[in-house]
Amino acid sequence: MSATDFAIDVAGVTKRFDGKTVVNAIDLQVRRGEIYGFLGPNGSGKTTFIRMLCGLLTPDAGTGTCLGYDLRVQQADIKRHVGYMTQRFSYYEDLSIRENLDFIARIYDVPDRAAAVEHSLERLGLGNRSHQLAGQLSGGWKQRLALAACLIHAPQLLLLDEPTAGVDPKARREFWDEIHQLAADGLTVLITTHYMDEAERCHRLAYLAYGTLLARGTVDEVVAAAQLTTWEVVGADLLPLAADLRGRSGVEQVVPFGNTLHVSGHDPVRLEAAIAAGRGLGHECRKIKSSLEDVFICLMDHAKDNFSC
Amino acid sequence: MEKMMPRFTFHRFWAIVLKEFIQMKRDRVTFGMMVGIPLMQLIIFGFAINSDPKHLPVAIRAADQGPFARTLVAALKNSGYFTLVREAATEADTRRMLQLGEVQFVINIPEDFSRRLLRGERPTVLIEADATDPAAVGPAMSATRALADTVFNRDLPGPLARLRGAEGPVDFRIHAHYNPENITQYNIVPGLMGVVLTMTMVVITALAITRERERGTMENLLATPVRPFEVMAGKILPYIAVGYVQVTLILLAAHFIFHVPMVGSFALLYGVSLSFIAANLAMGITFSTLAKNQLQAVQMAFFFFLPSILLSGFMFPFRGMPEWAQWIGTCLPNTHFLHIARGILLKGNGAAEIAPELWPLLLFLIVAMTVGVKRYRQTLD
Repeated sequence: MSATDFAIDVAGVTKRFDGKTVVNAIDLQVRRGEIYGFLGPNGSGKTTFIRMLCGLLTPDAGTGTCLGYDLRVQQADIKRHVGYMTQRFSYYEDLSIRENLDFIARIYDVPDRAAAVEHSLERLGLGNRSHQLAGQLSGGWKQRLALAACLIHAPQLLLLDEPTAGVDPKARREFWDEIHQLAADGLTVLITTHYMDEAERCHRLAYLAYGTLLARGTVDEVVAAAQLTTWEVVGADLLPLAADLRGRSGVEQVVPFGNTLHVSGHDPVRLEAAIAAGRGLGHECRKIKSSLEDVFICLMDHAKDNFSC
Repeated sequence: MEKMMPRFTFHRFWAIVLKEFIQMKRDRVTFGMMVGIPLMQLIIFGFAINSDPKHLPVAIRAADQGPFARTLVAALKNSGYFTLVREAATEADTRRMLQLGEVQFVINIPEDFSRRLLRGERPTVLIEADATDPAAVGPAMSATRALADTVFNRDLPGPLARLRGAEGPVDFRIHAHYNPENITQYNIVPGLMGVVLTMTMVVITALAITRERERGTMENLLATPVRPFEVMAGKILPYIAVGYVQVTLILLAAHFIFHVPMVGSFALLYGVSLSFIAANLAMGITFSTLAKNQLQAVQMAFFFFLPSILLSGFMFPFRGMPEWAQWIGTCLPNTHFLHIARGILLKGNGAAEIAPELWPLLLFLIVAMTVGVKRYRQTLD
């Protein structure tokens, strides 16, 4: 695969604020037409990394290209071909939907602006509300407007920073259908999220904690790489059981999932022994495939340990 | 019924009080304002403002240098209202000094002063005043009239005392240039132009940029290909138009409502206004880079606005203020714009006469713009 097949190809990208390293030597390659998920706890450096990708911030160290343009010197070119959707709604609330789209189209000098605005209103189903002020829209509609606005200049790469935070499940589903359609048409998408179901909808993903990339690959690759064994426990009085299991050797994490417990550890033999010793009469236990969430919780805990020592 | 009445409880009330104090402590600018504004007003009103301005600059054109003339000049100086800064030779000289605002008064002592005094003919001393600001001229003129009766008491003793005459030995004729009827509006209305522009231009730009940051739209804007300079210039232009609308409104009101004389060139006034409007907008941009939110931006603008009104010579005579206050005033664009606007409208000053006031305006513009753009760039990375 040649270098131009990567929409994003960076190595060692680092950013510090006041001596604090926020993004630490990240290597990342994203193929064209791929939906790449970016996960990690709050404050892990996801937004800072995205801001460097779209030319808002200059990395303190590291090299790389975004759409073939140098991250450090060709920021103006990058901005022209990238669509960036910020975490917070950042269009003008006192402008109507149409005025917002028209403004953005003017900024990007979109050819045949009127048609481009009309087309984007139509495609996102905003046509009959085009004169409504953006500030009066609900969360879901604001998100659709933001997506329409950052697609109006036909970008090759879409950077979406937690686009579905606070959006209802139906709107989220429609949003993801749209993203998959766009990717099928050749657009590359880098998206950050906290939702596991969304992570599983990505072609590949990366997990970031405290500025460091801890895992990456397809969902299966990430889960396999973690080498985590997980048992599911069903039954009554799970809370005392969880407390008991947490104290046993071989048990690294106990996470309640509704009416079940997920008990995970890296050593399958000791884990099984611990569960056998701790379980009560009414508990049903079975070994399950570790979920992405189990793996991420584990990664986050380990990162915290490493970070504090 | 009584059970339904919401009861006041101390712990709820106290929770609010504590929270307010914590928030007050966190918002440094508001806290600074609560302490700073009273201090500033105390200092300005307590020390800087003086409605009885003394030591006003005076030029003397003395055709008679005799002992009586010297006595007269010395007496005027001793009154405390006049400081001799220049000697003038010709009428053209004196006219020019008044026009440039270099002196507030010109005292003309005629050639035959001593001779006519000794003949008891009540010689005339012409005092020309720059009366654009009647408040600056009034007290000095009253003091001068009072002086006339007693000035020669020592020079004309004993039998000569009759020369002092019933109406006083000297006839002080006061000629109030530019505003002969001492109409306050003539001074205030052109000055209002500077005050209104300072107030709106600084606040509006500071708000316009802070608002983008506060609402998060700035991040979005910066992720587009738009250049920082394009953002700034694009934001400034509409407000320059607003500034010109304000200038026009005030000029129309000045003419039709207050009947302020307008002797100078409107084209020149409109042209110079651009640099003043731009200077204030640049100041607003600088504030917007310092302010964290819109409230702080307004507060900072207020800090700038207060001295611009009080120390610029708009409300109180500039020359009546102590030197330190005049220094502060000199740094403010409004001070210079007031001179320019009054000079053009009331005195008919041209480009050459306003040049000494124009360059400080441009200097302020350049400095504020440089600081503003530099700080604005820093906020990006």
